[in-house]
Amino acid sequence: MKRILVGIKRVVDYNVRIRVKPDGSGVITEGVKMSINPFDEIALEEALRIKERGGTEEVVVATVGPADCQAQLRTALAMGADRALHVQAEGVIEPLVAARALLKLIEREQPLLVILGKQAIDDDNGQTGQVLAALWDRPQATYASKLEISGGTARVTREVDAGLETLEVDLPAVITTDLRLNEPRYVKLPDIMKAKKKPLETLPLAQLQVEPRQQLKLVKFEPPPQRQKGIRVKDAGELVAALKKKGLL
Amino acid sequence: MTDILIVAEHDAARLNVSTAKCVSCARALAGARVTVLVCAADAAAVAGQAAQLEGVDKVLTLENPANAPALAAVLAPQVSALAAPYALVLGPSTTFGKDLMPRVAGLLGAPQVSDIMALESPTRFRRPVYAGNALLTVESEPGTKVIGTVRMASFEAATGGGAAPIEKASVSVQLPTHTRFVSVSAAKNDRPDLQTATRVISGGRALGSADGFKILYSLADKLGAAVGASRAAVDAGYAPNEMQVGQTGKIIAPELYVAVGISGAIQHLTGIKDARTIVAINKDGEAPIFEVADYGLVGDLFQIIPEIERLVS
Repeated sequence: MKRILVGIKRVVDYNVRIRVKPDGSGVITEGVKMSINPFDEIALEEALRIKERGGTEEVVVATVGPADCQAQLRTALAMGADRALHVQAEGVIEPLVAARALLKLIEREQPLLVILGKQAIDDDNGQTGQVLAALWDRPQATYASKLEISGGTARVTREVDAGLETLEVDLPAVITTDLRLNEPRYVKLPDIMKAKKKPLETLPLAQLQVEPRQQLKLVKFEPPPQRQKGIRVKDAGELVAALKKKGLL
Repeated sequence: MTDILIVAEHDAARLNVSTAKCVSCARALAGARVTVLVCAADAAAVAGQAAQLEGVDKVLTLENPANAPALAAVLAPQVSALAAPYALVLGPSTTFGKDLMPRVAGLLGAPQVSDIMALESPTRFRRPVYAGNALLTVESEPGTKVIGTVRMASFEAATGGGAAPIEKASVSVQLPTHTRFVSVSAAKNDRPDLQTATRVISGGRALGSADGFKILYSLADKLGAAVGASRAAVDAGYAPNEMQVGQTGKIIAPELYVAVGISGAIQHLTGIKDARTIVAINKDGEAPIFEVADYGLVGDLFQIIPEIERLVS
């Protein structure tokens, strides 16, 4: 069966104002809105569009994390994923562990394509897709802004520093999404009801024989230095004069 | 002594300034011994430039026709095959390094520290998380090889004046053919590079159209500035993606940053936090950009920008 696996992560919603805990042990997440990582939502949307065009038969969404993550998996099912896999794991999950868990799911599901967000907006690591592609020994096409599949290959346009790069990769492959790949759909109420009946399977990390190894100790979180609020100038003349005085013009 | 390998970024002819910034990051560590690796089809020109960087102890070249143009899937097995003697393997936090380094980390089963803003010890690193709204210090186990990407806005480029020896390296690894380069389309202009420019003028959605951006290009050319854009402006098609500044675009640290018609979403502010001086021009006096601006000017950008241009002419 032609299948796409989409990896998602539960993160603090992008609209939330982040505050560091006074003891420096992390950021405040209690009582804070949590969402699917926005880049992962784009990954899921892309998979759903490929399915709607007849390019795949099934979209499977997966996450690695604690029980709370099931809320985001349900949202993904409401968006249109066919079934969900929850790899249950507690504590800090480094990209290497997440990738090893996803690789186990790949071995089981044999997807044609794996689509992930290019980075999670909490840890901003931007690693999991590439690590997974390395472990799987398959192509990676990161920062995708356009994806075309034909036969056994995919043509991917990537947003790179120089402009737009196009790669051709053999399938199966790992794709990571950039912002402009698509605009994810809104979830409709009836779909939320339907999603409750879709299959969601829980697999403990230990059952996949992946060690939850943490190689980087989180020593402390600190708020960033704040910029001093500056002054208002009344017009272009005053602005140019001020900048000239500082030697900036 | 800490042995550090830096994977050079280049376009076959010229070494990217991102590599010189990686050298500065590595050199901040007392007792660093810095090797720059140039993977190319023909490495001579780029290796020569790398050897001249102050603070580089050795340049290694790895020549293979498959190394041009650079593909992460092709470079990663070569870099990891050479990584054994090094405690740290660094690349720039540009789309080149961000694509490549995690693949190297995956092959080595090593942890990666992304966007290093300070190398506090061979095992202690500081980096931004949550779009720069928190700074995180992480520590690796002594003896664990660490892969890293270096945050460009946090380091000055190493200067010239060095004369490091250049050695040819060789590895015997099978290179994949499953990934093929098709093309790259880059807009051509004579303006300075956004990531290294000392002055940057960025536009937001308020510019209204790709045509609206022309007043910024005109002013930028007067000032020798690069032009950037907010995500909203890029999404709307007013500016190409390579101009995007912010959490998921380019993180920059110019001397002067002028935000024109940009409201200042936190994702955008992340990209400009290290600018020396920020100027905000916006018709909405309540826009969050004014919270971080050194100079704020409330008004109609379509009047203000041409007027500034007249005043600096």
